[in-house]
Amino acid sequence: MDEARVLLEVKDLQAWYGESHILHGVDFRVREGEVVTLLGRNGAGKTTTLKSVMGMIGKRTGSVQFDGQQTIGMTSDRIAHLGLAICPEERGIFASLNVMENLMLPPQVRPGGLPVEQIFELFPNLKERISSQGTKLSGGEQQMLAIGRILRTGARLLMLDEPTEGLAPVIIQQIGRTIARLKQEGFTILLVEQNFRFASTVADRFYVMEHGRVIDAFANADLDANMGKLHEYLGV
Amino acid sequence: MFNISTQALFAQLLVGLINGSFYALLSLGLAVIFGMLNIINFAHGALYMMGAFCAYFLLNVLGINYWMALILAPLLIGFLGVVLERTMLQRLAGLDHLYGLLLTFGLALIIQGLFQNYFGSSGLPYAIPQQLTGGQNLGFMFLPNYRAWVVIFSLTICLATWFAIEKTKLGAYLRAATENPTLVRAFGVNVPRMITLTYGFGVGLAALAGVLSAPINQVRPLMGADLIIVVFAVVVIGGMGSIMGSIVTGFALGILEGLTKYFYPEASNTVVFVIMAIVLMVKPNGLFGRA
Repeated sequence: MDEARVLLEVKDLQAWYGESHILHGVDFRVREGEVVTLLGRNGAGKTTTLKSVMGMIGKRTGSVQFDGQQTIGMTSDRIAHLGLAICPEERGIFASLNVMENLMLPPQVRPGGLPVEQIFELFPNLKERISSQGTKLSGGEQQMLAIGRILRTGARLLMLDEPTEGLAPVIIQQIGRTIARLKQEGFTILLVEQNFRFASTVADRFYVMEHGRVIDAFANADLDANMGKLHEYLGV
Repeated sequence: MFNISTQALFAQLLVGLINGSFYALLSLGLAVIFGMLNIINFAHGALYMMGAFCAYFLLNVLGINYWMALILAPLLIGFLGVVLERTMLQRLAGLDHLYGLLLTFGLALIIQGLFQNYFGSSGLPYAIPQQLTGGQNLGFMFLPNYRAWVVIFSLTICLATWFAIEKTKLGAYLRAATENPTLVRAFGVNVPRMITLTYGFGVGLAALAGVLSAPINQVRPLMGADLIIVVFAVVVIGGMGSIMGSIVTGFALGILEGLTKYFYPEASNTVVFVIMAIVLMVKPNGLFGRA
């Protein structure tokens, strides 16, 4: 894995919501084809980190390089066209759009996205509910829709914010299989998870965040050796 | 006696349909703008008036006829809307409704004041285009061709707008950006440009209504100020931001007003506001509004 290209490199990323300073210098990198998970307690800045990388935060400073290109001064629509896509924590399914419209909403930013048939193959439930109103779906189906719609756009780095939150174990397993499958397809995935048990089944590496900074990092292979520290960080 | 009164009834119904056409076109523009910009566009009446003046000048200064004005006036006034959005309204994004209301209300006063200063308060005549003069005797009533055209044309424009917003890909962007502009932008859509063009489009609809109205109501600086009060009541009844709601409510209230003129003329100027009060009490989000 070491020889793989660095796709996303974040250095000294700081971000603000209005007056409040949320990120105080975040550093991490994601290599092409990796699944990397940000861990940390509530309020550590994980979601803000994803949103900042995507350019969805009012004010951010530092350095966010995607595929060698500096994005810190770009608006989020331009960043999206470089090949980044986000699946937000609240899922962001549009109530005034049906399932098909939700799925087809994000514009194609690059060639090479998954064809719609393949997305339906990953999430057969969606195909059956194609003309339902987006928010009439169950929580699990909404999550599948939120992931599915960013697979067609040609984005190479997918940022998934707590995709298992509030879902039944059987749905969590399906999402786990999907992430593994997407990794095989060559997608790079940056994951935010509270569910550590789930994250440990899909991630190659972990970063631990606290108070708006990355405070530790380790690979999945070193998980057992770091279990003690991790319990302390996460307070579990 | 009975014959005369049915004729009068149909005549008032027609007046109601005509007024309804303008209510629908204007409240549709307001709904589209409110949905996307979260701004209650109080300049709408003034822009409607400018559409009519634009047609007047195109004809009397440049010799450009009604049919061309029907295309050019919405484009020109729509472009003015784009400039207004880029230079002023954009700065109000994210602020309380009140700021947009005050700014657009101020703009309306300035525009109307300027036009009154130069053109007085009396109306300038605008002739009905030659192809639409005359009318049809339907047996029970006489239907002027131009009035029939106004109803059919505005209904067509309203339905086309509804279709574009509810059934097309571009409309899906609009609906989604109304709900969550930040996320739509993060998907790679240039939302600020879409907002600007939406305002331009809503303003263009107002200008189009102004051109349609010029041969019927004459071209007056205060033509919009008089109309817009009722249109806002229509918008409140239909529900802010609802596309089909504004179309249906616009036509329905125009017809209702016409009927009131026939059955109880004293109430014809207030019936819309009475309905507004009742709707606000029973369904505060309007008949078609989403909670």
